[in-house]
Amino acid sequence: MKQLMTGNEAAAEAAIVAGCRYYYGYPITPQNELINYMSMRMPQVGGAFIQAESEIAAINMVYGSAAAGGRAMTSSSSPGISLKQEGISYLAGSELPCVIVNIQRGGPGLGDISASQADYFQAVKGGGHGDYHTIVLAPSSVQEMADLVYDAFDLADKYRNPVMILGDAQIGQLMEPVEFHKRPKKNLPQKTWALTGAEGRKRNIVKSFYPVKGQLEEFNAHLQRKYKTIKDNEVRYETINTHKADVVLVAYGTSARVCTEVVKKSSRLEFKVGLIRPITLWPFPKEVIRRISEKVQCILTVEMSAGQMVEDVRLAVEGRCPVHFYGRTGGGVPTSSQVIKKIVEIVPDNLADTLLQLAEVR
Amino acid sequence: MKALCEKPKTFIDTATHFCPGCGHGIVLRLIAEIIDAWGIRGKTVGLAPVGCAVLAYNYLDIDMCEAAHGRPPAVATGIKRVHPDHVVFAYQGDGDLAAIGTAEIIHAANRGENITFIFVNNAVYGMTNGQMAPTTLTGQKTATTPSGRDLVNHGYPIRVCELLSVLGGSSYLERVSLSSPENVRKTKKALEKGFKTQMERRGFSLIEILSPCPIYWRMDANEAMRHIDEEMSRTFPLGVIKDWER
Repeated sequence: MKQLMTGNEAAAEAAIVAGCRYYYGYPITPQNELINYMSMRMPQVGGAFIQAESEIAAINMVYGSAAAGGRAMTSSSSPGISLKQEGISYLAGSELPCVIVNIQRGGPGLGDISASQADYFQAVKGGGHGDYHTIVLAPSSVQEMADLVYDAFDLADKYRNPVMILGDAQIGQLMEPVEFHKRPKKNLPQKTWALTGAEGRKRNIVKSFYPVKGQLEEFNAHLQRKYKTIKDNEVRYETINTHKADVVLVAYGTSARVCTEVVKKSSRLEFKVGLIRPITLWPFPKEVIRRISEKVQCILTVEMSAGQMVEDVRLAVEGRCPVHFYGRTGGGVPTSSQVIKKIVEIVPDNLADTLLQLAEVR
Repeated sequence: MKALCEKPKTFIDTATHFCPGCGHGIVLRLIAEIIDAWGIRGKTVGLAPVGCAVLAYNYLDIDMCEAAHGRPPAVATGIKRVHPDHVVFAYQGDGDLAAIGTAEIIHAANRGENITFIFVNNAVYGMTNGQMAPTTLTGQKTATTPSGRDLVNHGYPIRVCELLSVLGGSSYLERVSLSSPENVRKTKKALEKGFKTQMERRGFSLIEILSPCPIYWRMDANEAMRHIDEEMSRTFPLGVIKDWER
């Protein structure tokens, strides 16, 4: 049965359904519906909820519960996620599975509480210290938020790796009908490494410290092999209208919702606009972007940032076609007509007239 | 022939990385003795801090977890929520517990976390070449207080047990030292009481242990022990600070 819920609440309920029984958080707008929901639901299912003294404590409580073999989650918004970076690096370095939800808001600094996508670099390039990656999933609807949160726990357990859900204030606070129909996969590896007390077995140690020369390099090589397996197997994206498109947009999350509208408007005309919507931001859907870049006039990346994902798009395209950028910052959300105007600026002259008509269609 | 004293089974037979005269080896051995005597190896999870004691898991044959600098109380909280019937203890130094991890220890105590904290106070950052710790004595020379700790610039040595004693969630707080065989025996008793506090679900327990660091105190081993009795114990008086049984 479908329920009307905010993205934040859907993330929390999906975590409960996925078997998460340990949630630790700290209040911050615009993710408050999530921590509030967890404080109500965790006791009902016999789980643990702690409002931690800080974001730092919250992520370290997640570290503890993950090390002990539990399914654990925390959530926050941009400034709070910055505080968690130390813990995320340790989670990656100790290979602990967990889920971290970032409902992004405008920055830098205290910024504002409106929707933003300016934490892309922090999420996909590491964020904390050391050579590591978190798997990053970017929902663009409330239903997809729920679906990706289930998957996040499975991916985390499968690869013993932290997974981040990268949403924004709009996805977090928007209300849409949502259904909780998936269940966690059964064929996940046993957590034989977990700290359960060494009853009748050799002790387990959860750590990221390798003081003997050479051991840390060996461990990093292992991490890089794991990351390659993830890149080879877990890339997710959606394409809309990219077949025979003249211009292809690349956008995720809220920006992708706007771009979907741009694609719809353009379908009424001969001129074709398509959309590639990355669902995994790491691993990044490089291959599909490269393949499509060989057939289009140009690519336009649309973000609620000053231009972050566009760097990965350019790395995928490697000069095969021009890659343009349109972004809003500081809590601004692009409108479909702004995106269309940007397309007019960048497409070859013979197509621009058609597009101008389109801009007036709105 | 009957052996009067043997190496505890839980204490791994290996050379330690600790400096000559260091107190960590004594404390870790006492923990191992208690785990053996009480037969709780299979239900114990320990936490190692960042600092000299990070390699505690090389010496204790139990499930152990590393934590980021200062974060053992938060990590231990996460573990205890998953295994409420296990014995969870965190082993922390003075920089870890009383400087970078001040927020975590205060809130773990205030929540009354049913966890035992073993706080080894040697008044100096040993791992990083002997800088000032929050518990460095007034006037004590360290790598970052070359003319001695002065109150105007560096503030006062922090008395952790007294600080935590005012919080509703703390149940058992005692300060002991390693300066003599008699004091080592008292330390073992205090550790036993800490574990008992947890196993009876009485709440937060912390045992502060005044421990020698001859290398960074620039003393020989005997002088270091005398220094604990004559100087350190004046700033950090030994004894029970809070006890749920009294």
